[in-house]
Amino acid sequence: MTDILRTEGLTKRFGGFTALNGVSVGFRKGALTGVIGPNGAGKSTFFNLLTGAFPASAGRIFFEGQDITATPQHRYAAMGIAKSFQITNVFPQLTALENVRVAAQALVARFDSWRPRARLTGLVDEARALLDTVGLQHRAGAAAGTLAHGEQRALEIAMALAARPRLLLLDEPTAGMSPEETRDMMDLILQLAEDRTVVLVEHKMRLVMGVSERLLVLHHGELLAEGTPDDIRANDEVKRVYLGQRAH
Amino acid sequence: MTTIALPAPRLARLGAHPALAGSLFLLVLPWVAPYPALATNVLVWGLYALGFNLVYGYLGLLSFGHAALFGGGAYACGIALVRFGLPWWAAIGMGVVAGTAVALVMGLLATRTRGIYFAMVTLALSQCAYFLAYQASGWTGGENGLRGVNLGVIRLPGMKLDFLHPITRYYVLAAFAAAALFLLARILASPFGAAMEAVRENEGRARACGYDVRLVRLQAFTLSGAFTGLAGALYALTLGTVPIEVMDLQTSGLAVIMALLGGAGTFFGPFVGAMLFVAIETLVSTWTEHWPLAVGALFMACVLFFPRGVWGTIVQRFR
Repeated sequence: MTDILRTEGLTKRFGGFTALNGVSVGFRKGALTGVIGPNGAGKSTFFNLLTGAFPASAGRIFFEGQDITATPQHRYAAMGIAKSFQITNVFPQLTALENVRVAAQALVARFDSWRPRARLTGLVDEARALLDTVGLQHRAGAAAGTLAHGEQRALEIAMALAARPRLLLLDEPTAGMSPEETRDMMDLILQLAEDRTVVLVEHKMRLVMGVSERLLVLHHGELLAEGTPDDIRANDEVKRVYLGQRAH
Repeated sequence: MTTIALPAPRLARLGAHPALAGSLFLLVLPWVAPYPALATNVLVWGLYALGFNLVYGYLGLLSFGHAALFGGGAYACGIALVRFGLPWWAAIGMGVVAGTAVALVMGLLATRTRGIYFAMVTLALSQCAYFLAYQASGWTGGENGLRGVNLGVIRLPGMKLDFLHPITRYYVLAAFAAAALFLLARILASPFGAAMEAVRENEGRARACGYDVRLVRLQAFTLSGAFTGLAGALYALTLGTVPIEVMDLQTSGLAVIMALLGGAGTFFGPFVGAMLFVAIETLVSTWTEHWPLAVGALFMACVLFFPRGVWGTIVQRFR
């Protein structure tokens, strides 16, 4: 199996503090990989490096064999990498439909200031289909800022999908959700993972164990373990780290 | 002027075509204004505030350097007429080109920053432009201003227009302002208009969607330069001279005041703001030289009680 995304000695320092230290891992193409670890393990830092939000202090990142370490963040969507944020992040005053439409538009027409945007009808159809996928078709006309928390998170996924990503990175997509919303979101993620590679960074261990094909465990900014959920469950190091913490 | 042969559209439908509504308003403006020169002033300053509003109102970038774009347009138009003897329409074209070019250069430097730093960088660069214009007196006339930007009769295919006649002059300039309104409506409705909204709403999200935020800002600033340069060119033609003051700090401040008075981020706000400003200046200055006091008071009242500006507040009420 080939790796769609690979890191080599990936390191991030903030001043004197090393948040991530020499992480070398591969993410298998087509798999749903979970990234777990206790609080402060470096999960979010790792995520922000993978999505180009932070520059790496050292090490390299490869996407489909290409070195993307120094690629600016706004190029990621066109390369085929999309993400959802840990904190809800939408265009609050625009409608749900326009949120997705403008995300889809980024791939085809960024600087065209002459044609009417309404003429790009394909984008509207695409946006409607994506709202349908995440179950928000009935909210298409509502301002994104007025949607419920769970709906905004779903909207974010639709916006990420608008980039037609081959790799989808999700940072704690169920944070702050009710158990019911969480179940819906996990169903959606499993459905999305059928046709693309998904990386799921999550704090709730049990949630990730249930859906992931592969798992990475981070601890104190370093890679502690890597393997199938069964491997991880049987790993003494992981048990020790999580016992002190009481896993969720 | 051509008459608009449309089956009288209802007011509500006019709202969907803001450029058309705006043009109709420009058509009647000289007949409701006390005298045509006043209407001409509203045109020029309204267009200037409109150019400024494109970056401030629609993108959230506060520029304190629009005088350089306005002055660049005014000087380019004036120099094209006086020193090169170009035809009037080419001179206006030069104004647009100059405004765009100055904006591109300023934008390349200023869009590296944002917030207060953006305001400071644009301010500093426009001060540089001021001193450049001041020193290059061979071209610009320096502190005496560029004299002799006079247009007498202008020729169009099949007609001659007397530019010295105030109403004729107004309608010639209004044709350019109407074209600018249509262009602005077009930009706002375009995919790039959507990109500007996205960047204003949530910069980080826009970047993650694949928008190069800096380039979006640069393009908006450059487009703003085209509108502002046009306003400057029309100003030079109205005044018949280009005073060095077009480049000074106060001119930059004017755009901010007019846009905020009328309502930043609304289509007509800048024109309403310019109208208010010109009206106060005209009315109050007849009995006191301290007319800026009245503008200042109204400005503070607006900022405190109507943060959406006069037009913005009206639009909100009737929605």
